[in-house]
Formats: sequence, structure tokens, C-alpha cells
Amino acid sequence: MIRHFTLDGKKIPFREGQTIMEAAQDAGIYIPHLCYNPEFVPHGSCRVCTVKANGRIVASCTTPATEEMQVENETEELQGNRRELLQMLFVEGNHVCPGCEKSGACQLQAVAYYTGMLAPEFTYFYPMRTVDSSHPDVAIDYNRCILCELCVRASRDEDGKNIFSIDGRGINTHLTVNSASGKLGDTDFDVHDKAAQVCPVGAILPKHEGYNIPIGQRLYDRKPISVVGDVADHQEE
Amino acid sequence: MSGKVKVATTSLAGCFGCHMSFLDIDERLIALSELVEFDRTPITDIKEVGPCDIGLIEGGVCNAENVEVLKEFRRNCRILVAMGACAINGGIPAMRNSFDLKECLEESYVHGVGVEDPQIPSDTEIPLLLNKVHPIHEVVKIDYFLPGCPPPADTIWTFFEQLLNNQPVEFTYRQIHYD
Amino acid sequence: MSAQTATELSDLLLKQWNRDPANLLQILIALQRDLNHIPNEAIRYLASELSLPQSVVEGVIGFYTFLHRQPRGHYDLLFSDNITDQMQGSRDRAQQLATALNVDLGATSEDLGLSLGYTSCIGMPDQGPAALINGKTLTRLSKERMDQIADLIKQQTPVDQWPEEFFTVEDNIRRRDILLDTVLDKGAALTSYLSQGPDKLLDEIERSGLRGRGGAGFKTALKWRFCREAKGEDPVVVCNADEGEPGTFKDRVLLQSYADRLIEGMTLCAAIIGASQGFIYLRGEYRYLLEPLQQELQKRRDSGLLGSTIQGHASLDFDIEIHLGAGAYICGEESALIESLEGKRGIPRIRPPFPVTQGYLGRPTVVNNVETFIAAAMIADNGADWFRSRGTSESTGTKLLSISGDCARPGIYEYPFGTSIQTILDDCDATNTQAVQVAGPAGMTLPASEFNRVIAFDDVPTGGSFMVFDHSRNMLEAVQNFADFFVHESCGFCTPCRVGTSLLKKRLEKVIAGHATGMDLEKMIEIGHLMKTSSHCGLGTTAANPILDTIEKFPLLYDERLKTTSFEPAFDLNKALDEAREITGRTDPGAYVEGGGV
Repeated sequence: MIRHFTLDGKKIPFREGQTIMEAAQDAGIYIPHLCYNPEFVPHGSCRVCTVKANGRIVASCTTPATEEMQVENETEELQGNRRELLQMLFVEGNHVCPGCEKSGACQLQAVAYYTGMLAPEFTYFYPMRTVDSSHPDVAIDYNRCILCELCVRASRDEDGKNIFSIDGRGINTHLTVNSASGKLGDTDFDVHDKAAQVCPVGAILPKHEGYNIPIGQRLYDRKPISVVGDVADHQEE
Repeated sequence: MSGKVKVATTSLAGCFGCHMSFLDIDERLIALSELVEFDRTPITDIKEVGPCDIGLIEGGVCNAENVEVLKEFRRNCRILVAMGACAINGGIPAMRNSFDLKECLEESYVHGVGVEDPQIPSDTEIPLLLNKVHPIHEVVKIDYFLPGCPPPADTIWTFFEQLLNNQPVEFTYRQIHYD
Repeated sequence: MSAQTATELSDLLLKQWNRDPANLLQILIALQRDLNHIPNEAIRYLASELSLPQSVVEGVIGFYTFLHRQPRGHYDLLFSDNITDQMQGSRDRAQQLATALNVDLGATSEDLGLSLGYTSCIGMPDQGPAALINGKTLTRLSKERMDQIADLIKQQTPVDQWPEEFFTVEDNIRRRDILLDTVLDKGAALTSYLSQGPDKLLDEIERSGLRGRGGAGFKTALKWRFCREAKGEDPVVVCNADEGEPGTFKDRVLLQSYADRLIEGMTLCAAIIGASQGFIYLRGEYRYLLEPLQQELQKRRDSGLLGSTIQGHASLDFDIEIHLGAGAYICGEESALIESLEGKRGIPRIRPPFPVTQGYLGRPTVVNNVETFIAAAMIADNGADWFRSRGTSESTGTKLLSISGDCARPGIYEYPFGTSIQTILDDCDATNTQAVQVAGPAGMTLPASEFNRVIAFDDVPTGGSFMVFDHSRNMLEAVQNFADFFVHESCGFCTPCRVGTSLLKKRLEKVIAGHATGMDLEKMIEIGHLMKTSSHCGLGTTAANPILDTIEKFPLLYDERLKTTSFEPAFDLNKALDEAREITGRTDPGAYVEGGGV
């Protein structure tokens, strides 16, 4: 039996066990997200996919759909919440879009465009972070990491390599690399690993192909993410 | 002259790219000049800002002079606008925030390639640098933000058009860019 | 100590803990204790023996405050930094010691082998200022005692030779009601189970209306029933003794003086849900209770009340292991506690699935508070009516409160639910009271106008913390203490809590420094609201409460510090020129800017 819930007034079918996000994606409806990638177990950490389900604000990527659930997605209140969450991510790291190779194909940017964020209006942290260019084919710029843990999940669950981990707590939480030196160059990481394809921002970047596609012609330069989808879907092309 | 909206612009820690983009509204400048009158801007070369309706600020706050100019603009402008990436988040100049100020200055003036007579300048004519570069919204209240490096001419034009027509300022998808 | 290498010690600990990766945290805690840090050699060895990535082991160490990769001094002294400790002079005492020994607070002195710092509330606000020395609890740190401690450290006297009275922890039970006043004979609840059977007993507990005493108030019988009916094999009983809510200490007293009842309650739960394995997750701050609790467990085993064939019944086979925490408030959240029990970083899980269906190692798990298990055991013995003779219809029974702060008689008070704040204040001899913080920083700040409200799940719910502030206190200092606490204790998993706690702290500092405007308050409310609605777990959803509550209920605290300008800078403009002035040596007028906003 096919069951349904309501999303912004539309009837959406779902299968037993599906989350709101999964059912919405199957129905071709976009819910903004960063740490969610359908290929991996949901994480629920970025909170950008928050929706209002039966009046409660929940992460749509971790909340199972239920019969007759009333879900709000594209309301001004929720878009406002999302803009604030995105602003938090922007001020927490060092995101210099004009100087970033990923600009134009960055999901953090794209979701921010989609929600109409014009500027991060919080106080900037300007944390001291590093760049790891020890690997011949891939660089890590920790300034841009948003702690979505997609690389952690991909390396652990698909590549079977456990290259990435999380260390620290609270605002000092950070991504680490599993090697004695902590450098990517001292691991068996490969540019063809799944973990090299899933970073939604410019934290894990392949070398040697920086500006192959000019700014202005990139994934999100012309069309919004709600139309073209996640950057991870375009990275293996 | 009276009845025209008074506009002032300036560049703090920026590259004047946003001003160039402003000029890129091309022939619409003529239409704009029918509606506005420029006070302090690099175009008029007026050095002191007077009472204005709109102030456009390009660039972030990197030194003592930036702080003073920015506050002067805020005192004089009814509406203050952060124009471009550097004004909004410090931009490229803020990449020095990953280093101590001393490291930056020594790299430029002491250890840099081809430096003769190495010394960190301390002339009183030169504005002192802040420890870090800051976005302008951390120093004064900002009313509108025009993102982009630079903001597209079209974004700047749309902003003026809507603001001067008392419409809510709203941009289309392609008018919002951070790069 | 013999010159054991880190690897040899790790090997010994691995054997002791069955080479089980789920016991990683326990092994790390033991290493920290013996070696004052966890050396890289041990990390490498543990990772390889447990088949874990080295970075995962490092990530566990990096999560817990009491684990270190750099050596701590062999005197490792941490002052409890709750607001109630501060009100008793903890900061002055810390400074007194730092001055006497010429050590910086927050640093490690090589020659004295001393590390000095602060830690979140260690659960001794009724007998503070308090501190931990090498994990052992020091209470009532008077100026005189501080001088003595300074001397002991100067003379390099080992901590186990320090005067015993330094370590005395009093119960301070001031008011008893049915829970503390009724005798429970050893094994009585189990006898009742054996005569009534699980169904009837579950019905009885259900009829008693017992709800979780940790704060959330979930119906205990329902939780046990869910777990009993869950599909998974081999259910687990977990006691949440991670009493980390600042200002709470009632579980400490129960663990210290009523441990037998707790074990009885856990065994009862095990019998009902069919569990053979149980854990007490004891917060690291209560390390001094570990050995006494182990002795209590052994006593029960010796009397046939724990272990295999309990009371002669082959079907009753249940034992309990104690796991220590290591300085992480978030591990009081039940799913984070389970992660921690499994030896991982204490990140709250996504729910569903709930622990009752998939908890410890994926097995159905009941997690209850110390007080809840004890109440359940007593209900089994005395019946639902006995329990319902106290409290209100929605909040039955009694509640233990941990009362501290500005009152003459701090300590443990057992009250029927429905008791008013004012009655409680009168009983503990609190006078001139400005505010009460109920349920810890995550709870409510109540002004005098709300002292007629009552302790109950549907009015003022609480896990037990009750901190009193009189009119001599600046409530903003309490709010700041709470804001700092949440920055320190946020697990860092979700965006709103990880970033929001720090953003709030900065804005609050701006208010306190007198550099804020009404816009800053608006921004704080906006951030607080986002955290409340969008965070992953209860820590994030409540972390803004002290700020939101006081802005609403104590507006003057804020208003009188606000500037009249429309906006004030986010940072001190002149201070931001310090470095440049120092580098250039300039002092001319141009080397300064006019501070403040426009």
C-alpha cells in the first residue's frame, strides 16, 4: 500500500522507512541540504534540511515520513532559519569565495544562493587553520571544512580506508587524517576514491584541474541547485 | 539639483573593482544621474563626505583610516551599503588573518624577496594596520548587502532601481554571487 | 611504580578489558591515570590491537576533557567552576594557590609537576569550593586548607598521604520524604517480582505514574515495556550516573548511601526486560565512588542478589559493570551515553531508532537515572498507592532536589511533586532571594514573581538542580558562567549548537563589558531561537535558555548596560591596533582611533 504525506500542500508518496528527504527527492522536490548524500547513511548535523513536520522543526534527512504528516518546506520562516545556519557555517570557517577554486560549484554557496543569503551577518571567527598539500593529486584546505563528515563516511563505508576522522569537541571539532604525520600524503588515499568525490565545499580538492571550467560557466553559475542537484552528482563526469 | 538622491561611495581595503563594476552599468549611468547626485566618490574626487542618502562601501576594514572613514560615512549616510565580497567578509585582504600581523609585515618589509633597507614602516602618515581585517558590518550598522567580487553591474543597477522606486530590494538568482 | 612501558601497560589493560573496542574509553582512562597522559606509543598499540584507525583513537581522546595527549603534572588539580563554586570563592582559592606556588592557572609547572585549571561542576556545590586532585574529590576548600595544600605540594607529599578530611564528602540530607524515609530490605523488590511476575509488576509501576527522574520525564513502565517487547536479542540495563547538570548532586548522595537500592532497581529492571548485562555509567568526576560501588556490587553477589541464579532462580542471571566517564556533560544524554559506553566520542545518536529498540551495541537498552531505578525498586516493594500518596496526578511521588547557592542550609531535599519554589526557599533558609535557577543552566531562571510556581513535570520540571541567588549577586555572572559552560560542553556535532554557543558567548561578553546595544540583544534572541528549534539534541535546544530567560524576565540586567548608540562594533577598535603600535613603536595621535560605535 502506498502511503502519503503532505509537503507544502502537495501529496507525496512514500515507502515504509523512508525519510522525509528521501521521499521528497523521489518526488522531485528539493529540500536544501549539505551533509546529506543519498549514497550514505544520513548524518543530520548541518541542520540545513530542517522542515516543519506536524508543527515541529526536524531534520528531514533523519526523520521518517509518516502517514498524513503535514510538512512545511519552503516557508519564509524555514528559509530564514536556513540562511542563519548557513551564515553560521560561513563565519565559523574561512570561506573566501573569490579566491576558492571550488567557487561556482560549491554546495555551501549554492544553497546560500538558493535561500537568498546576501551576507553572513554574524561576527567572524577567523580561525587559524591549515592547508595540506602533501598528497600528489589532492589538497585539503581545512579553512573550508564544514564538518559534514561525508568524506569520513565515504572513506569508511565505501572505500574501506578510514582515511578521515573527527577530533576535538565543540567549536574545536575538526577533521583529521589517519596517518602518523596527520598528512594526506602519508595515507593510501587516491584521487579516484569515493571520499575524493563527495566534499560539498572546497575542502577536499583535486589538484591540476583548478580552473578548467571558467568562473561563470560552473554548475551553479546559471541554474540553482534545486534544478541541477548536488555537486557530488557531477564530480565523476 | 534639489530632490535628487545624494550618493557617496568609497573604497576601504578593496581593489576598486566594485567601483569598476558600478561604472559597468554603462548607459544606465545616464538614467541614474538623472536621479542621483554624487557626493564623495572617486568619480567626483570630493574628499569629505557630507550628509547623504546612500553610501556605498567597497572593501573591508584593515586599518585605522578605514575605521574613521567608515564611521564618517555612517554618520552622514541615511542608508549604508556593503558593496562586494571584501566589505561583506573581508575578502582577499582578510586572507592575511591566517597569519600574525608581525609575520605579514616581516614577510613584506623584512624578509621579502628584493627588499632593500629592510624595516617595518612606522611613518605617522601611514595608517596603522588592525590585527585582523574585518567586514564592515562588525564596525557599523549596515542596511544592505550587495554580494559579489565584484557585484555584477546588473545587481548594482537593480539595487538602485528598486531602492529609488521604494520597492523591496530583491535579486534574481543570477544577480546573487559571492565570487 | 615499576618502569612499565606504555605498550606493556596497554597490553595489560587490553587483557583486563577483553580486547573489546567497546572498552576503549575505559582503557584510555586507566592509561591517563597511570601515565598522566596517553602517549603516542599507546595510541598506536591500542589502534592496532583493536583494529581501529589511529585517528579514531585520537578522536576519542580529543573528545573527553580528562584525557590528554600531553603529560599533565603528577598533581593535576582542577577547580570546580560552577557559578555556585564561584560564589563560595573558588576563583579566589584557585588564584591563592597559583600565587603561593607561582604557577599560572591553566598551565602545567614542570618543576612542581603541577597542572592547575578549572573544570565544569563536579557535583559538590553544597560543600564547595571543591576541586579534583588526580581525579579525587577535595571539598570545603577554605583559605586555610588552600595554604595546607600549597605546602603539601611544595613538599611533594603524595596525594594518598594528604589528610583524609580533605576528601570527606557529606550527604547533607536535609529533608526526607517517602523515598528516603522508607526502609527497603535487601532483595525485597526482587521477592516482590518473584511473587507477582513481570506483567503484574510492570502494571504496578505503570499505575504508580513513575516518570524518569533525570529531567525528561518519560514514563518508566512504558520504557521498560518497549524494551521488553523489542525484537532485538539480549537487552541491556544502563544506569545513567553521569550527573553533570551543574548544581545537581542528589545522585552522588544516592550512589554513596543508597547504592544497594540502585542495584536492586537495576536488577528488577533486568528481570522484567530479560537482561543479563548491566552498566553503571559513572561520571569521571565521581571517581571516588568507584571502589565503594564495586564493593556494593560484590556484596550483592556474595548474598546471591547479583550474578547468576539470583535468589536461587536460574532464570535470573544479571551482573553489572561500572564504566567511567571522562569529563563530557553531553554523555548524560542517553544516546551519547551509549556511544560513550561503546568506547566512542559521545555524540548523541539520530533517533529513531530509540535506545529501547537499538541501544548499546544495537541491543534493546533501558537507560534510567539513579533516582528512577531506586524509585522503581521501592514501588515494587511498597506498591503504586504508596508512591501515589505523594505528588500530583501528572507528577506522582517525590523528587530529590540538590539545593545550593545563597541559602543557610544547602543539601538534599526530598519533596512531593507540587511543592512551591517559595516553600523550598523557606525550608532551606534562603533570604532576600533574587532568582532561582531550576534544572541547571539548561533549565529555567525564575524571578521572585514566579516563586509560587511548583516543581512538577507540567510546571517547573527538574532533574534536581536548584541554585539560589540572593540580591547581592549579579545574575549576569551566572548567565555568563552558563554560556561558557555550554561552549565548553557542546559536542560540536550540529551547526546551531556548535557555532551558536560561541556566538552567544561573544555577544554576552559584549553586553557585560558595556559595549552592546539593543541590536545585540535582538541578535542574541535570534541565535537563541534558532538553537532552540534546530539543534540535534537537548543540549543545543536548551543551551540558550539562560540568556533567553533572563532577557525576558530580568530585562534590567541588560538594559542598564546597553549603550544608546544604534550600533557598537563587534570588537574593541583601539585594542585591534595594539599589535601594530607595538611593532612600529608609534604613539602619535594617528596611532589611535576613536572607540565605540555610531
